[in-house]
Amino acid sequence: MSDIALSQPQPGFLGFLVSLKPRSLADAIGTCLLFLGAWLVLFPFVWMLSASLKPANEVYDSEFSFWPETFMGGVNYYGVLFEQPYLTFLANSFIVCIGILIVQLITAVPVAYALAKLKFKGKSILFGFVVASLTIPINVTSIPIYLGLVEFGLLDTYFSLMFPFFVSVFAIFLFRQFFRDYPDSIIDAARVDGFSEIEIILRLILPAAVPALAAFSVFSVVAHWNDLYWPLIVVQSQNKMTAALSMLQYQSDFDNDYGRTFASATVVTLPMVIIFLFARRLFIRSITMTGVKG
Amino acid sequence: MNGDSLVRPEWSRVRLAYFLSAPASFLILLIYVLPILAVFMISFTDYSLVYDGFSFVGLDNYKQMFTDRHFLTALQNTLIYAAIFIPGAFVLPLVLAIAIQRRRRFRSILEVLYFMPVTSTLTAMTLVWRALLDSNQGAINNLLVGLGFGKVNWLGDGDVVLISIAMVSVWGVIGFNMVLFLAGLTAIPKNLYEAASIDGADHPLDRFFQVTWPLLAPTALFVSVNTLVTAFKLFDTVAVLTRGGPDRASEVYLYLAYLEGFENFNMAYACALSLVFLTVLFLVAWLQTRLGDRRRTHA
Repeated sequence: MSDIALSQPQPGFLGFLVSLKPRSLADAIGTCLLFLGAWLVLFPFVWMLSASLKPANEVYDSEFSFWPETFMGGVNYYGVLFEQPYLTFLANSFIVCIGILIVQLITAVPVAYALAKLKFKGKSILFGFVVASLTIPINVTSIPIYLGLVEFGLLDTYFSLMFPFFVSVFAIFLFRQFFRDYPDSIIDAARVDGFSEIEIILRLILPAAVPALAAFSVFSVVAHWNDLYWPLIVVQSQNKMTAALSMLQYQSDFDNDYGRTFASATVVTLPMVIIFLFARRLFIRSITMTGVKG
Repeated sequence: MNGDSLVRPEWSRVRLAYFLSAPASFLILLIYVLPILAVFMISFTDYSLVYDGFSFVGLDNYKQMFTDRHFLTALQNTLIYAAIFIPGAFVLPLVLAIAIQRRRRFRSILEVLYFMPVTSTLTAMTLVWRALLDSNQGAINNLLVGLGFGKVNWLGDGDVVLISIAMVSVWGVIGFNMVLFLAGLTAIPKNLYEAASIDGADHPLDRFFQVTWPLLAPTALFVSVNTLVTAFKLFDTVAVLTRGGPDRASEVYLYLAYLEGFENFNMAYACALSLVFLTVLFLVAWLQTRLGDRRRTHA
């Protein structure tokens, strides 16, 4: 930060303190407010974690205390993971998310390269379809896709959970932007050196596009882990239930043990929170990249 | 390089382009183009999954909307919800982003904390919110009573339930919009603030209106459009929190379309509802490009 010198002319540590002083009280108050707000935002997580350690009769105690009087954490989590089918639900979500992601990458990368760097008839029409499809959510196309799956007897399968997301027009759009910025001169040089187009994609373009691929992957996995709408439509049995969908069961009397209920909520939320804590930058980039869209 | 070897790669490159585009094009046809055409066709019929056969009924499904009390309620609920949700989902993240961006010491920890709800599984966290908002024993009413206020029937009172849902949705989106605003703010060159300060704009509000706001306009446009679309797409929170209740007071557009299509199996009517929804989305997208002609993308 070299341009700080302009607004902070005094040299040295003392000068730094002096330049800080007029703002410091307001700053301190602001910081306190920001952390207070953060506490409010985090409270549902804290409450959930706390409830997941409690016996059912303590969950709704009017005096909130984080640590339970009777510790039931072990029993609750054991119940969720080994007596209820949560391992199946988590595995289903995992299979669906990874399956979707792999197919999305395989289908999006080649077409994005063609749209970015190759000339062919129908290119602008294809791109027009991609852009128009960006606006179409699954809620609009769900009925015909559902009817098609019914027709082929495919409801309640992994395929039905994944199929509408096999092509991500957002991924195509994003990767095309990214590939387009790759210098043509390098591609031409590689062609002169005898690289085939496939080699150019695999050895030059893909390595350069890793940040975009990684950010999109995070975006895709989170979106489909958390999706409720489509699983609600195609899942019919506990065998294929996803983790996010399983939370709907608690509307009926699926489980009256509130402690265990919130242990299951914690188990369902935890994987994405862990991914976030480890891949914070990717997460944030995956969101700022959506700014390119539209 | 002689001419022959220049022509051949050019030709094979075109073939390659088709080869590379084929899988995605086929899937776009299957997942977007054909279903949209089908939605369009079905919306002019009386098709229902539970009866055999169907006949064309012209615009009947569209006419039905104007007399359908549930449709009008859902439309009204969606608009009320949007009117509560959008200001909160825009202003809070903007203020937070401006406050956080200037901090060097706590910036990343605050960013992580506020971002947590975005990563969490909304259906699970909505279950938690349902417990917090419980009218008898929920933590929020306990707090209100402790502070000397009366209890609020957050989810059972038809006049309050949309506010409760908007609250939960704002909670879920603060971190998302904040990150977008932070990206927009970081892209503003520091020397513009210095120039403004030389011109006498020293007060933080002057700095905001003379430098920050004009340069943040593209981000602000993107955030508002995004937030608007998010508001219209409300589904999960309603499905987990209220199922449209009490007495349809929180039945919003997409939830109604879902009920009509997949609970009542009025597929044709649901298709008409979907098409109207899509038309609104296209209008919003068109408006965004019109407004954002000068807009430069960030990231």
